[in-house]
Amino acid sequence: MPAQLLTGWGRTGATRAEVAAPGSAEEIADVLAGAGRRGVLARGLGRSYGDAAQNAGGTVVDTSALSSPLELDGAGSLKVGAGVSLDTVMQTFIPLGWFVPVTPGTRQVTVGGAVAADVHGKNHHVDGSIGRHVSRMRLVSPTGVHELGPDDDLFWATVGGMGLTGVVTEVELRMTPIETSTMLVDIDRTPDLDATMSLMAEGDEGYRYSVAWIDCLSTGRSLGRSVLTRGDHAPASALPGRRRDDPLAFSPRTRLAAPPWAPSSLLNSMSIRAFNEAWYRRAPRRERGAVHGLAGFFHPLDGVSGWNRLYGRRGFLQYQFVLPFGQEDVLRRTVERLAGGGCPSFFGVLKRFGESDAGHLSFPVPGWTLALDMPIGPPALGPLLDALDAEVAAAGGRVYLAKDSRLRPEHLSAMYPRIDEWRAVRDRVDPDGVMCSDLARRLGLLAHSPGPGPL
Amino acid sequence: MRDALGRPQTVAVFGGTSEIGRSVVDLLLRRGAARVVLAGRDTGALEDVARDLRRRHGARADVVPFEAADRSSHERAVDEVFAGGDVDVVLVAFGVLGDQERDERDPAAAAEVVDTNFTAAVSVGVAVAGHLRVQGHGTLVVLSSVAGERARRSNFVYGASKAGMDAFYQGLGAALAPEGVHVMVVRPGFVKTRMTAGMKPAPLATTPEAVAQVVVAGLDRGARTVWAPPPLRAVMTVLRHLPTPVFRRLPL
Repeated sequence: MPAQLLTGWGRTGATRAEVAAPGSAEEIADVLAGAGRRGVLARGLGRSYGDAAQNAGGTVVDTSALSSPLELDGAGSLKVGAGVSLDTVMQTFIPLGWFVPVTPGTRQVTVGGAVAADVHGKNHHVDGSIGRHVSRMRLVSPTGVHELGPDDDLFWATVGGMGLTGVVTEVELRMTPIETSTMLVDIDRTPDLDATMSLMAEGDEGYRYSVAWIDCLSTGRSLGRSVLTRGDHAPASALPGRRRDDPLAFSPRTRLAAPPWAPSSLLNSMSIRAFNEAWYRRAPRRERGAVHGLAGFFHPLDGVSGWNRLYGRRGFLQYQFVLPFGQEDVLRRTVERLAGGGCPSFFGVLKRFGESDAGHLSFPVPGWTLALDMPIGPPALGPLLDALDAEVAAAGGRVYLAKDSRLRPEHLSAMYPRIDEWRAVRDRVDPDGVMCSDLARRLGLLAHSPGPGPL
Repeated sequence: MRDALGRPQTVAVFGGTSEIGRSVVDLLLRRGAARVVLAGRDTGALEDVARDLRRRHGARADVVPFEAADRSSHERAVDEVFAGGDVDVVLVAFGVLGDQERDERDPAAAAEVVDTNFTAAVSVGVAVAGHLRVQGHGTLVVLSSVAGERARRSNFVYGASKAGMDAFYQGLGAALAPEGVHVMVVRPGFVKTRMTAGMKPAPLATTPEAVAQVVVAGLDRGARTVWAPPPLRAVMTVLRHLPTPVFRRLPL
């Protein structure tokens, strides 16, 4: 097995692992059985920002060989190999009138990774996270092969379980029927955070998809000014005449590629401020019923391949947290601190979550979630985010493990109160602690006491 | 594990009573490290340091007996340092200054300086590298010296020992890079510590706290070599290139 240095999408904290690419459940079982002391972890397309898909000194299972089946029945139930990307699923089935039930901000994630992180999308307030749409899955754990459904507690320990229950090899997903590959979109530009939040609180229920792009650098009266984008799948009848001929056409293009090398100083306070300003100004003040393509609506950043390289050698992180409803004051204070903290942030995204699903470590809880990309470098970044972690934890919120690259173990049990319940289910199928990741080591996810894990 | 900002959770120091080592540990604990392993000869003094760290930082602090002069004990000591789990940053901070006047006339005394600063540092480095390879991550920080950059009349036995270890760790850094392990060589100038007590401070003299700041800043940005204070880098570049007759006439 070749050794590789692996990082997450943020390109921070590289560690070495032996990478194996088993093609079947049997071969995966062999890898798990032959695991060394540093354990095994599955890795999909490496889109987690932090260390969730790394396993220092151990084995990493590249799931790209788990590329079959890819079969849809007439009722919209998709049987899919865990290594298949959502991009492939969409390119294959959108033209047939079926959309994925949940998509994160990129198509470049695998189905297995999406389940392990229990990803959410712009429709969380209506449709929940992806686990809600999984009817069955096959999991290879260190103690055997499990066929799991939503009645099994191991199913929910695996949904959002960050790959630490075993390797998911196959998933059955209920797809969403669509008439067209376009969206009907309403856009509102808001002057400040309060306006953004009240518009979302009042109107989100009228849309299947809703998200606000938020400028986390402007301060004072325009603190939290946003561009709120909401929409639904367009019915065929809503299309202009010339597009009705091929209403389900879907051919997303990568328009640009980031250069292989960029100086760490490219994305600094000034350039990010200028970008935020331009993005805000170019949005219409109010627009109704605009017809947008699916790719532009859901995955705008997929148009630039390797955009993570723009952050330079030191990389970047994404800070995403959720605060329960009722903690709006904390959210306001958080945005104030981020805007005034001397740490530039890019692509701020604000979204309202609906009901939680049953995953023990699943991230979404009903409330407000904010996600920000921040370049590594400003000395104030560590202390600022540490202080925000403490506030988020105290307010009953949590940070998203799939994005995390710097949380400290002492906040884990406050943020994820069901962690011991999850550990009990997990330990049942992995009593020897074969499944492991750098995230698990850093946060002590597998240990029953707080602190860095023993491995 | 180190986080995305490069902040370690666990730090080990060989030469745990070294003032520079203690300053580095102090700074890393203030920035979120939670566990320290102190390895050194004077375990009584190390226990005092460990108690102080537990009290002030609430850190887990363990002490491991380690004797640089006893080469046969190195592997066991290094194994014990790693017995409690992954170590994110290992600081090799032990060393002796020697006594130049004595050392250039007394073969045994000169060899002792070289044994500690070079031979023991190499032996510990090899043993630590073995564990870091297994971990697949970690940073090895070693306290070299500007004295190793060009031999000076006033401290060339010490300087030669540091030149040797400096070269070894540079090479080790190249060997470990594909293993996910990073090596950083620290070259301090004159540092006001017990080691230099009673000596006349050289120009650009610094303190253990200031060296610690340089070390941690270097860890943050993934530096391979740092000078403390940083302007020494330019000074040493000039000194390295002076013609020998000129260099010898300098009051260094």
